[in-house]
Amino acid sequence: MLILECPCCGVKAEETELAPGGEAHLKRFGPGSSDADFDSYMFARANPKGVHFERWRHANGCGKWFLAARCTATLEVFGTYPAQTTEPPAELQAYIKSRRPEWEGYK
Amino acid sequence: MKRYSMFAVAREGLNYHLGWGRAWRNPAPKKKYDVIIVGAGGHGLATAYYLGKNYGIRNVAIIEKGWLGGGNTGRNTTIIRSNYLQDPSAAIYEKARSLYETLSQDLNYNVMFSPRGLLMLAQTHHEVRGYRRTVYANNLQGVTTEWIGPERVKQIVPIMNIHGPRYPVLGALYQARGGTARHDAVAWGYARACSDMGMDIIQQCEVTGIRQVNGKVTGVDTTKGSIDCDKLGLVVAGHTSVLADMGGFRLPIESLALQALVSEPIKPCMDVVVMANTVHGYMSQSDKGEMVIGGGTDGFNNYTQRGSWHHVEETVRALVETFPMISRLKMLRQWGGIVDMTGDRSPILSKTPLGNCFVNCGWGTGGFKSIPGSGWAMAELMARGEPGPLTEEFSMYRFREGKFIDESVAAGVAH
Repeated sequence: MLILECPCCGVKAEETELAPGGEAHLKRFGPGSSDADFDSYMFARANPKGVHFERWRHANGCGKWFLAARCTATLEVFGTYPAQTTEPPAELQAYIKSRRPEWEGYK
Repeated sequence: MKRYSMFAVAREGLNYHLGWGRAWRNPAPKKKYDVIIVGAGGHGLATAYYLGKNYGIRNVAIIEKGWLGGGNTGRNTTIIRSNYLQDPSAAIYEKARSLYETLSQDLNYNVMFSPRGLLMLAQTHHEVRGYRRTVYANNLQGVTTEWIGPERVKQIVPIMNIHGPRYPVLGALYQARGGTARHDAVAWGYARACSDMGMDIIQQCEVTGIRQVNGKVTGVDTTKGSIDCDKLGLVVAGHTSVLADMGGFRLPIESLALQALVSEPIKPCMDVVVMANTVHGYMSQSDKGEMVIGGGTDGFNNYTQRGSWHHVEETVRALVETFPMISRLKMLRQWGGIVDMTGDRSPILSKTPLGNCFVNCGWGTGGFKSIPGSGWAMAELMARGEPGPLTEEFSMYRFREGKFIDESVAAGVAH
């Protein structure tokens, strides 16, 4: 069972309380961008086997969006952090590196 | 390879069945092949088989990191149908279904195709309208389906409660030639036929890298050494994104867990396949008597081949209302498979940004039923190097062009 701690309200929520929202930290390409950039932003996904940063919403709780770092190969949760960030916090990245030395790092 | 027949059984019987030999060889990889297929599941083996049979390309290796047929081919609910709304989907799924009809004869291997009929229950008024529309579309596409009312449903499936308080049965989309097949036998039959044509099935050999020169593929690095090839086909379902990453491109694919479970075996009680899409429950009875039940996918990326418990609970809770008699059944086994989902829930059979590298993926929850058609179409794509009539709509670039083949809306759910 997947349990994520919502950084907004502090509740340890199990997955029926949460709504998954896909890959996090996508750079948005809107009007005026090239077709290739828009295609890449809108549809292409990294879908890694391993460390994955993703969006979640505490749907049946405080209702807020937040971000999580998780391992898709083991379901280990590395941590959660607020949605108002452009990249994962440094201490979380360091923690992931300690757990997964072979991890190539963010981006 | 020894041909299987009644006479062969009698002949081998005289020798206490000691002379059969292995169904496929287990060779060491050669230095170079014309074509390498990564993934010896149903789709990969079928691709190799039709490359050999339809195009005479037989210097082929099929590389598998586990054992053949050990991925989603061995983890599905074996349902075969082709009642899709969109024309390109109906074409390729009906091609697959029609190939299943004669597959046992073609492969000289009993895949136990059982066209027992398939019902997709309409349990809301939206579904009634949606399925009636699908029936009209199917009739235009040459796929034989019909709309039947609740009384007829009850006649076909007497164990069903059609007056459920939450989800009454309002009718069904009926495909009389839909059904099931023996999933392992499909992989084994193709493997035996491929091996017989001289193709090498290399198991327990994981691809660790894709080698390229000037934007064209030249071979793969594996745990059993480097192997050169002229053309490469990636047919690895849930792990497609991992392979694409080695090739240096990204795909509109996310890998999710899809679960199924089987009950203890009981006496025959249901001789059709029933799908209830509103409640994400699919059920059929296997030849052993087990009730085989499929559920919905999880919503989050996952490579672990195990899914969330609450999906099992929701599926079973809903099915118990429609089939009250299963409420006392014990469930024996539960498992998950990693399905590769695209945004429009339609597959990708396509050239890739890497030259001479082709990809067959995105079958999501509809992989097993499409195995022969997918192999047929992928073989055509790889042999010609350009998409044919079955594959041209399934390009990976259709998303950029807005030419979705939108089965997620058509089916209302994953399918």
